[in-house]
Amino acid sequence: MAKEVILLDFWPSMYGMRTRIALREKGVDFEYRDENLREKSPLLLQMNPVHKKIPVLIHNGKPVCESAIQVQYIDEVWPHKNPILPSDPYQRAQARFWVDFIDKKMYEAQRKVYATKGEEQETGKKEFIEILKTLESELGDKPYFGGDDFGYVDIGLIGFYTWFPGYEKFGNFSIEAECPKLIAWAKRCMQRESVAKSLPDPEKVVEFMAMLRKKFGVE
Amino acid sequence: MVTGDVKLIGSWASVFVMRARIALNLKSISYEFLQETYGTKSELLLKSNPVHKKIPVLIHDDKPVCESNIIVQYIDEAWSSYGLSILPSQPYDRAIARFWAAYVDDKWFIALRSILTARGEEEKKAAIAEVEERTDHLEKAFIECSNGKPFFNGDHIGYLDIALGSFLGWWKVVELDANHILLDETKTPSLFQWAERFCNDPDVKPLMPETTKLAEFARKLFPKPQA
Repeated sequence: MAKEVILLDFWPSMYGMRTRIALREKGVDFEYRDENLREKSPLLLQMNPVHKKIPVLIHNGKPVCESAIQVQYIDEVWPHKNPILPSDPYQRAQARFWVDFIDKKMYEAQRKVYATKGEEQETGKKEFIEILKTLESELGDKPYFGGDDFGYVDIGLIGFYTWFPGYEKFGNFSIEAECPKLIAWAKRCMQRESVAKSLPDPEKVVEFMAMLRKKFGVE
Repeated sequence: MVTGDVKLIGSWASVFVMRARIALNLKSISYEFLQETYGTKSELLLKSNPVHKKIPVLIHDDKPVCESNIIVQYIDEAWSSYGLSILPSQPYDRAIARFWAAYVDDKWFIALRSILTARGEEEKKAAIAEVEERTDHLEKAFIECSNGKPFFNGDHIGYLDIALGSFLGWWKVVELDANHILLDETKTPSLFQWAERFCNDPDVKPLMPETTKLAEFARKLFPKPQA
């Protein structure tokens, strides 16, 4: 029987990881398809004609695009197990705010950390550390961003953790030294089966980043 | 029904502030509007939105909510028993509405603004072409979402109507600035007609800034380089 849920994704994508984790949190059976981004499949182009990007969640033939939107969709369609967004409207607004913050700020800063050099890289590192410190401050002494339970913001951020060794290697700095609580939080998240199963081997991600660096002419 | 103490920090000219105000109107929520002075940021704003330091900020019983689309969703959820639903009821329709609202902010608005910041004719022409292409996407989105009804959300204005419709004042201002029609009755007829319906909605009409006043403000915000 054809799978009801298909995920078009790319294995190192920190955004794709969000959707993988959400599906696993809910115990939803899905077919994972890894895309070759240099030769996008006709299905990807058909299901996300506007952005032509992964991840794309296809549920009973209908596409949902954008990882944060996918995670909310998954939470709404399969509400009974492991709620992802809090039930209180104010807490929900806070959770959405922080995932929006991650989406606005992280990509550019982390790209500068590993895919540039010289002054641009130094600026990128400063911005990146500042972003992580803001997030760490929001986390505070809570086990997860939402409090006692793993949820939306944790899912929104944890994918970047597999890229940390690469940032440290190519940026020549230690994230743990700057944000120890954030690293402790990440390790806590990795204890969850849905997360451990959804995140790639960081060593493979480092190799991938090295390849990108060559492509960008930084190596 | 007790709504609690509601304040909104904002400005008459801001698209993003208008979104929050339309949503509050839809729910018939009374609120205190705290108008920010252009060029300065009040202490309350800096305290309530320390991360971005931007308007709008909704303060409900002393608790701040930031980011316009998040505020609109909050208003819908906190006062879910008031008035009509702002977000669609089905999860799939909600995902589509959120997708296009994100597109409006991430792609369409950026293109619109680049007309105002364009330097020289070449840059302006390219910016206009981009807006036209993206508006075309929104025309298709309207047909897909409205399903024959008057608004993106169906019979009544909702999340996506608010997300895009709040731009209509600025849309006109940019048209004047570019001396080029950007909401074309023949190219995007559905959007064109939707725009008129949206502006005439009683929860929207009193909030839409007057074009001349907004154009004057735009000249301050986007000064033309000296010849």
